[in-house]
Amino acid sequence: EAAYGQEMNIQFSDVSCNSVAQKIYVELNNTVPCVRLLNATHQIGCQSSISGDTGVIHVLESEADLEWPLSKGPNPPYMVLLESSLFTKSIMMKMKNASSRVAGVVVVQKTSPPEFSPHTTCPNENTGVYTETYDHNLAHCNTTVWNPRGNGLSYEEFDSPVFSLKEDNETEVIKQCYFDHNRVVNGSGLQYPLCAMQLFSHMHAVTDTATCMRRSSMDFSTSPVMVCDPLGGYNVCAFIRPYNSTAFGHKENESVVIAAARLDSRAFFLEDSTGAEGSVSGFVTLLAAAQALREATQEAPPTRNILFAFFHGEVFDYIGSSRMVYDMKNNMFVIDLDNVHSILEIGQVAVRSGTNLFLHSDPVSRRNNTVHDEVGVKCFYLWHASLTDFSQPLPPSSFQRLLRARAIPGIVLADHQTDINNRYYESFYDNAAHLNLTYPSNLSPEEQLEFVTDTAKSLTEVATAVARALFKQAGGNNSQVNKINADPKTVTQMLYGFLVRSNNSWFQAVMAPELKDILQPNPPQYYVGVAKSSHQANALTYLVQYLLANLTGTATNLTQSQCKKPDELPNESTYLYSYLWVQGVVPPNSTQRESFCVRTAVRLVKAVSPAFDLGDYISKEYSTWTKSQWKFIKARIFLVASRDLEMLTLGVGVAVLFTSLLVTYFVRTKADVLFSSVREPNNAAY
Amino acid sequence: MTASVFFGCTFIAFGPAIALFLFTIARDPLRVIFLIAGAFFWLCSLLLSSLVWFITVQISNKESSSQQKGLLIFGVVLSVLLQETCRFGYYKLLKKANEGLLMLSAEETMPISIRQLAYVSGLGFGFMSGAFSMVNILADSVGPGTIGIHGDSQHYFLSSAFMTMAIVLLHMFWGVVFFDSCEKQHWWSLAVVVISHLLVSCLTFQNPQYVGSLVPTYIIVFLLGLWAFFCSGGSLRNLKLCLTCKDKDFLLANHRPR
Repeated sequence: EAAYGQEMNIQFSDVSCNSVAQKIYVELNNTVPCVRLLNATHQIGCQSSISGDTGVIHVLESEADLEWPLSKGPNPPYMVLLESSLFTKSIMMKMKNASSRVAGVVVVQKTSPPEFSPHTTCPNENTGVYTETYDHNLAHCNTTVWNPRGNGLSYEEFDSPVFSLKEDNETEVIKQCYFDHNRVVNGSGLQYPLCAMQLFSHMHAVTDTATCMRRSSMDFSTSPVMVCDPLGGYNVCAFIRPYNSTAFGHKENESVVIAAARLDSRAFFLEDSTGAEGSVSGFVTLLAAAQALREATQEAPPTRNILFAFFHGEVFDYIGSSRMVYDMKNNMFVIDLDNVHSILEIGQVAVRSGTNLFLHSDPVSRRNNTVHDEVGVKCFYLWHASLTDFSQPLPPSSFQRLLRARAIPGIVLADHQTDINNRYYESFYDNAAHLNLTYPSNLSPEEQLEFVTDTAKSLTEVATAVARALFKQAGGNNSQVNKINADPKTVTQMLYGFLVRSNNSWFQAVMAPELKDILQPNPPQYYVGVAKSSHQANALTYLVQYLLANLTGTATNLTQSQCKKPDELPNESTYLYSYLWVQGVVPPNSTQRESFCVRTAVRLVKAVSPAFDLGDYISKEYSTWTKSQWKFIKARIFLVASRDLEMLTLGVGVAVLFTSLLVTYFVRTKADVLFSSVREPNNAAY
Repeated sequence: MTASVFFGCTFIAFGPAIALFLFTIARDPLRVIFLIAGAFFWLCSLLLSSLVWFITVQISNKESSSQQKGLLIFGVVLSVLLQETCRFGYYKLLKKANEGLLMLSAEETMPISIRQLAYVSGLGFGFMSGAFSMVNILADSVGPGTIGIHGDSQHYFLSSAFMTMAIVLLHMFWGVVFFDSCEKQHWWSLAVVVISHLLVSCLTFQNPQYVGSLVPTYIIVFLLGLWAFFCSGGSLRNLKLCLTCKDKDFLLANHRPR
């Protein structure tokens, strides 16, 4: 947690030099908890009691084995350890209903099941455009259920802690302890001492967002204690022709085509969010398209401007896109809704059957002829993708929030015709393996970075098509179109960095020196995280910002101090551009990096739900998701003794105390006699 | 383990000490003062021995386990010797203090005899020693877990409690015998006290064979108890008289007019 720098919670790590405690407890360090989230009406997630929940460990072998912790086992409460293949909705609901006998659940990540999606069947159904008033038939996924495999587990509320462990040494220790002490031998009773586990994940917030916000502000002391934090982050935006960043509101005679993609993703265990097909496929394609468009738009700028918008927080009721629409409506953004010509959004595009791509559009807004014609034009530009059924609504996408404000023509590009192809939508199995991102085994990490996989080739095709369509949509010169090609090497390097290992040489070269610690040997976190009051974003946001800067910006000759204050130079302007000092590559014969200053139009725009600015915590219009705060989260295992032994100890103690009281009383009253042999005549003090 | 184990072990370890304090010391403020002073002297010896221990551990080779074991034995022996030295120092201090008190007070007789001082100071040593042995273990016994996940014996808490009870009683007996032999200049019995202290401390190296260390320790407790009983004026005849309730006759018979 603290290493990702995402949360404002203080983590107490219990470092004790007490060797007695070390003989009793084994602390588990690599755990990922399920935490509590709240919105306007519900609380979801998991909660433990304030002093932790203790249970005798039971390793679940099959669904039938569930009888032991639920009814047959003689030593409740139990802490159920199950493998990821048994982590299903039916088992979890059975354990939820028997909460007096099940103290908690621990999930060990092993093999992935054939399909699993803990998200709801109709994602973001209340905050999209399809409400009862917009079109009664299309609301609540009446016509198309987008995520039919969804079991809604992520949106359930659990009274007991649920933790996740990887398959490593710690899990081996737990299983060894279980096999040594807790196995039933020939149906006879279990022998104490038994192996038990204690999980601490007490959450401070309850009920819903309005309650926890009220409790946070009730504290009148000088340093108010927050009980929950709103979710949010930053959107990454870049115009190909930047505007003055201080001039908000409508821009005369400016027409902008928005190219949008989603950045974030989630899983049941928030810290384990991957999101390969769900979000990475979309934004990597858009980044490649932005790079492909750089040359063409600099040589012959098209008539309309293009805005590359990467929205954050879309999983939690469209935080990023609803914020941008709100800013546009209230003149807090450089353009407003009148300036928006159309929108092309890239949805999930990596799991294609064959070479199929589909274009989704909104049937209700297309009833208006102008909109219909525009959409037709866009579809024409993406001629080798197929259209979906005209009466089918849009899949969950940021475009829906723009439609809520205004009927703008737009298309969502996706690899699915009706329901989504993603078998692991918003779960921790949506990773590199799901996209078949395989590398030959004898390659070093740097060679893997350069190796062009099939997935990368497929996404490159999509990126080329998107770039060309955007160019034509923006009114670019037709003769230049064939020169626009996405680079497969860039795509494969991005896929490697975002899905396998973010600490590689290319990402190191594009990052700023003070941010190089966010690059880790594993993929970054895709969960949007908590909106921080300081201007700090999470790792994913910085990566996308610096990559987009590298792919669309220009390298300059400025020195480091000039890069910090470029306004002093005649040709540079911080109103139009932002200047980033990046590390650069290490040349072959030296150890010093060739750092340089990049001039780019990329900006980070705050993406926090408007509901928190307006103070409307029960809003039905905007996202109201918050995350609870906590004091510490930890897990440990130990042995427990039987009740009988404990009572025996207490009994012996009380007996010793009474006996010694009696004997001492007896000795004291008879002290004159007992100690009288050496009595001296003038010594009378006893 | 839980609160029941916590209270059980506390009562086992400190039961006799609490009973003795309540019935024999608590009423008399002078005895209380000397008890606390005795505890303080024990604390001083612990401070000195821990200082030496800390320094030697820092300069030793932390990797070599045989060196660490040797260091532990050295530490134990040094601590025992320092405790007995402090007990001797306390004895000397009390002798001087008693003379001073006698000069100051209006009465002719000493307000507290040297035998009572021996008992009280021994108990003070015992209290402090028991506290330092047991409090950490008691703090951990409140949690839900018990020892054993790394393969150690489950009976750690119980045996620690019994050992602490033995140590408390032993310190009391040693105090009595020590002061008595210093009064009578019987240096050989002083040596026996020191040697028995060393023996009990070294018996704990047998742990986790708790039976091997507890049984001999309790034998020593019993023997030393007998010796302290005889030193402080007891005899078998008195004991028989008390137990058969003929003591009232004895008192009447021995009543001498002053």
